[in-house]
Amino acid sequence: MKPAPFVRHTPRTLDEALAILAEVAPQDGRVLAGGQSLVPIMAFRMARPAHLVDINEVAGLDKLIVENGMLIVGARVRHGAFHKPVEPGPLGALLASVVHNIAHYPIRMRGTMCGSLAHADPSSEWCLTAATLDAELVARRKGGERIIPARDFFEGLMSTALKEDELLAEARYMLLPAGTKFGFNEFSRRAGDFAMSAALATYRIVDGRIADARVGVGGAEASPRRIPEAEAALNGQMPGDAAFRAAAEAASAAIDPLEDIQTTGEYRRDLVRAVVRRALEASVK
Amino acid sequence: MASRIIGQSRKRLEDPPLLTGQGRFASDISFPDQLAMRVVRSGYAHGRIVSVDTSEACALPGVFAVWTADDVADLPPIDVRLTNIKGLAPYRQYVLARDKVRYVGEPVAVVFASDAYTAEDAADLVVIDIEELPAVLDAAGETGDFAPGLPTEVIVIEKGYGDADAAFKTAQHVVSLTLSVGRHSGVPLETRGAIARYDAKHDMLEMYGAAKVPHWNRDQIAIMLGRERKSINLYEGHTGGGFGVRGELYPEDVIACYAALKLGRPVKWIEDRRENLVACNHSREQTHRIRAAIDAEGHILAVEDEFFHDQGAYVRTHGATVADLAAAMLPGPYRIPAYRAVGHIRLTNKTPGGTYRAPGRYESTFARERLLDAIAAKAGISPVEARRRNLLQKADMPYDLRVDTLGTKVVYDSGDYGGLVRKAIDATGWQTLRDAVATRRKAGETVGVGLAMFVEKSGLGPYDDVRIELSPSGAIEVITGAASIGQGVETVIAQICAETLGAAFDTIRVTHGQTDRIERGLGAFASRVTVMTGEATRRAAEALRARLLAIAAPLMQTDATQLTVSDGWIARTDGSGPSMAIADVARSIDATHGASSEASFESSHMVYPYGVHVALVQVDRETGGVTVERYLVAYDIGRAVNPMLVEGQITGGIAQGIGGALLEEFLYDERGEPLSVTFADYLMPTAHEIPPMDIVISEDAPSPLNPLGLKGSGEAGVNAAGAAIAAAIDDALGMPGLITRLPVTPQRLKAALAAR
Repeated sequence: MKPAPFVRHTPRTLDEALAILAEVAPQDGRVLAGGQSLVPIMAFRMARPAHLVDINEVAGLDKLIVENGMLIVGARVRHGAFHKPVEPGPLGALLASVVHNIAHYPIRMRGTMCGSLAHADPSSEWCLTAATLDAELVARRKGGERIIPARDFFEGLMSTALKEDELLAEARYMLLPAGTKFGFNEFSRRAGDFAMSAALATYRIVDGRIADARVGVGGAEASPRRIPEAEAALNGQMPGDAAFRAAAEAASAAIDPLEDIQTTGEYRRDLVRAVVRRALEASVK
Repeated sequence: MASRIIGQSRKRLEDPPLLTGQGRFASDISFPDQLAMRVVRSGYAHGRIVSVDTSEACALPGVFAVWTADDVADLPPIDVRLTNIKGLAPYRQYVLARDKVRYVGEPVAVVFASDAYTAEDAADLVVIDIEELPAVLDAAGETGDFAPGLPTEVIVIEKGYGDADAAFKTAQHVVSLTLSVGRHSGVPLETRGAIARYDAKHDMLEMYGAAKVPHWNRDQIAIMLGRERKSINLYEGHTGGGFGVRGELYPEDVIACYAALKLGRPVKWIEDRRENLVACNHSREQTHRIRAAIDAEGHILAVEDEFFHDQGAYVRTHGATVADLAAAMLPGPYRIPAYRAVGHIRLTNKTPGGTYRAPGRYESTFARERLLDAIAAKAGISPVEARRRNLLQKADMPYDLRVDTLGTKVVYDSGDYGGLVRKAIDATGWQTLRDAVATRRKAGETVGVGLAMFVEKSGLGPYDDVRIELSPSGAIEVITGAASIGQGVETVIAQICAETLGAAFDTIRVTHGQTDRIERGLGAFASRVTVMTGEATRRAAEALRARLLAIAAPLMQTDATQLTVSDGWIARTDGSGPSMAIADVARSIDATHGASSEASFESSHMVYPYGVHVALVQVDRETGGVTVERYLVAYDIGRAVNPMLVEGQITGGIAQGIGGALLEEFLYDERGEPLSVTFADYLMPTAHEIPPMDIVISEDAPSPLNPLGLKGSGEAGVNAAGAAIAAAIDDALGMPGLITRLPVTPQRLKAALAAR
């Protein structure tokens, strides 16, 4: 469990980082942020990057601010930054409720939100959050920038729309309107493990009925995504057991479940049914 | 009278260096000019080795040597320990694979390089060409061939007594179950390590990183390398957990020693976690087909059990121990008039197996206690009542079970099994607990309680030696052949020595695990150290005390019978006159060397502690998740030398028992590829999964086989955990007999619920 040889680069500015990345990307160069996934994979020699562009010293990437109605999260912002609400509205509270499900405390103090998004583990809580809230992912490369909507960003198991020479510089979330309800739930074998299924739901109450429902499911398919069938089952309904169960059923039926030697598709559907309903129940607690 | 030290929860003597960051574990040891060793392992479960090409690896700068089977052709396979069972020899493992590989992880080649990084780079460059063969993966299924003429069924163990056939013919009911325990094992926090060096001037080979059984390993390495045993020494440092697996003699230990000798440079091997999970002994995997003949009231008339033990690819140092113990210990605390066990030890293409804390008992307790629960259901009585009706009574002691194991007859030396059940039930507030469960069920929760019982074995002989040296300064050293794998050996032995001798506890140093300090020693396993080394210590201390008093008596102008020793001071029993330090007496015996004594304790019988586990669980019907909410162990240890350490042993054991019941499992795919090779896949319980525990230490049944009445506690916490948790899940769901397989994963529980 010693990594294969690699060269570590330590740029101090974003331009410098992007220039190095442009140069080393074709030689299997990778960005190193918190390293909580990449470093173990390297220790197993499952990844053998020849170059690491270590962005931990890059100025400006630690941005965590609200600008123009959006929360901007820079590439160096650690999970632990969200332990307390980063803004006073529902979004800050939502992120604070989700973050505690990510791994364990020491990992949260080192790992980064953008690193999780770029790693694209299907069970990642942040990937689910980004997909559910339609986050915008800002990809920077030498001499260019593009904004990728979350629904186009996740392309499958550990796979994203990022090009090799692109750095995920920021994640941007629209602030949630006052009064937005939210709930998160996940099921894992042990506390802190990768979720076998997770759900995040948000909605508003308009005239006593659910509006603007968002229901995201993670860990159940190759990538987390919003489930329109579940959202349709909620919109216009009174919040409560009947609507929540209907949404959970709809989500369970809608997914294309991941299967493995221990986990059948049927079981994954059972879990999705449970976590969606529980996420919705959490929204009214 | 000497002050009371035995029975007190003294703080551990071994803790200061551990708590202040001064521990010295295997990887803390290095020598100048050492080579890093890296093992190249088979990626195939079963196959013929066509070729091993080391040329590219050898060419890498920093690589000193690369060895394959040809380089170690002189070395015999690693032998079996502690067995008189014949027929195991052809199935032993060579240190590097010859001709065939038989599990993923089997050592095929080994690299020696300037550092661990280079060694691993070079290991990647060794090209092993293997022609894949079909893998045998189910020990209860079709057997295959280990080699031509050698079937994968190594041996069949049979034990029993009485006329089981007749009992089954006339029984009112027959209860039959098929049960299985998953493949899991002790997974110490510290992985294995071996650091070997050769000192040519003294013709001495040394190995550091030894644990558990240093003397036996020293003797075996000597035999394998063709050296005099006196020309090899093994040294135990701090050990980050043993649990049965750490400290056995493995291929890597032998290779490191041989390489240090052949290459003329120190060799350091530190196992990584991924290796640990495929190379260190696995354990537990068994399938039992068990049945009981009972009468209408649920009394047992006979028990029959046929089981299949998955030994993995080779017979290792433990030989047939696990299956043998499973068969011998299965009857447990019950009166079983006729008994027959047939245990098939079978090889599969998985990591070889050995013992893991409560070997054979975690498995057979699960089988027996599931059987008792089924008997209760069949007879229409509560699980507790079914046990009460069948328990052996105090008056039955000593009870000759009429089977043997590990070269000893199984004779329960003492016990009040019914009394301990009462204690456990009192301690849980049984009725209150049942009422609380009933209330919560009415509120829609799925909660349940399970109880399981067991008889443990402890204090395996045949001997232990102890030498006590009292220096002229008054410092005392107790030199033992025991080993410390973290269980508190030093503290317990010092407590026994201090009280018996009349010395101050903190003047005592306990030496263990060093082959150059004592001629022979059996080490630490089978919950034996407190009993065997403890009694040898008591004898040596008693002899030394008598000698000191005899010398002191004329100096103090009285008779030795009028003197006593306490806290290192000799005084008259009536308190009159002057006192004298034992250091002064030691000086008067020999001003340079002081005084010493030696004693041995030999025992051909084990001692038999016993216990009760009670689990409270909550089941999540939607996800299949199980949460253990509370756990109780009541355990009769005969006499607890240090109750705090007994609690510690039981606490850790419970955690491992919960792991085996709900989480931990070595899984393989259909080609024999291991799937549990990281801690993300092999799930150890964490603090989050471990519930509040209640531990009741009982001393109702001291052993008559040693004067202090000692029994061991190393395996009490783990023994019945699978059984108790399974029973609790059944109870929560109101489905007796639902759980037939461990670990109870959420997926399996959901599938079992769907099948009902």
